[in-house]
Amino acid sequence: MKNIKYLFVGILFGTVLTKTEAVSWFRIQEMFRFQSFHMYGIIGSAIAVGMASILLLKKFNVKALNGESIVIPDKQFNKGSIIGGTIFGMGWALAGACPGPLYSLLGAGYSIIIVPILGALLGTWAYSYLRPKLPH
Amino acid sequence: MLEILKQPWPWYVSGPLIGISVPLLLVFGNKMLGISSSLRHTCAAVAPFNIQFLKYNWKSEMWNMFFVLGILIGGFVGGVLLRNDMPIDLSTQTIEDIKSMGVNSFDGLLPTDIFSWESLFTVKGFIIIVLGSFLIGFGARYAGGCTSGHAIMGISSLQWPSLVTVIFFFVGGLLMTHVIAPIIYQLF
Repeated sequence: MKNIKYLFVGILFGTVLTKTEAVSWFRIQEMFRFQSFHMYGIIGSAIAVGMASILLLKKFNVKALNGESIVIPDKQFNKGSIIGGTIFGMGWALAGACPGPLYSLLGAGYSIIIVPILGALLGTWAYSYLRPKLPH
Repeated sequence: MLEILKQPWPWYVSGPLIGISVPLLLVFGNKMLGISSSLRHTCAAVAPFNIQFLKYNWKSEMWNMFFVLGILIGGFVGGVLLRNDMPIDLSTQTIEDIKSMGVNSFDGLLPTDIFSWESLFTVKGFIIIVLGSFLIGFGARYAGGCTSGHAIMGISSLQWPSLVTVIFFFVGGLLMTHVIAPIIYQLF
């Protein structure tokens, strides 16, 4: 089962996200009010470690387990970065969660979270449907 | 040891552990950290309806579904097995602000006066839960990723479009928190 290793990375990710309260609506309220360093510390140090790791992987030309060279495709800039970014931010602040925390909160036993997961799926589907008509 | 693990984890422990997932996924199989893609794969699998954006081989992205299933299980590990019953140690100003919005339950990770089945059938609860999550799904795909894909993976790999996107995440978030949400909370 070649995908099982990703399950374990997910378990680590979800456990950390939950234990550090990044999944909490309260912490997101606090973040968007600039009333605590907590969330900024999490995101900032995650970026610092991610950035340092990528630099090291490149410097030592580390290969993926399957022997492939590690390649990070470039993200493309378009109007979606601005319009979609703003829409996502509004949802993040209103519902107090982003997609990762939605999965973790369901796992933590909040059954109501099945509804926002369906809501996020509906939003994704609506975007997919409207995509040809939206500015990019 | 278990008692220590049950305490809330400080940012300088959790942030680096989250960051470690970036090289783990790259080394395990050249995978880019990203969570909202799983929503697209689910739509592609369940309701593609001949929509161009949903016609691709989602089965080749199964790793991402295993990853988010892991995140769900992690929620069980962190929220149930390592459960901590103390209310979150929020700043006193945040507590005051939240109370002034009419939210009074501070137990657990979510305020149950908004996130509950009873609340879902009120206008306010419906707007927050359903409209909020709709915007998350719509906006994440429109922006080409969410917090994990842009803020962590994108900025870590020095991609300026991701930095711009994250800035607009905050534009939207601040607009909602300080302008729109107060109206929603006041009206209903």
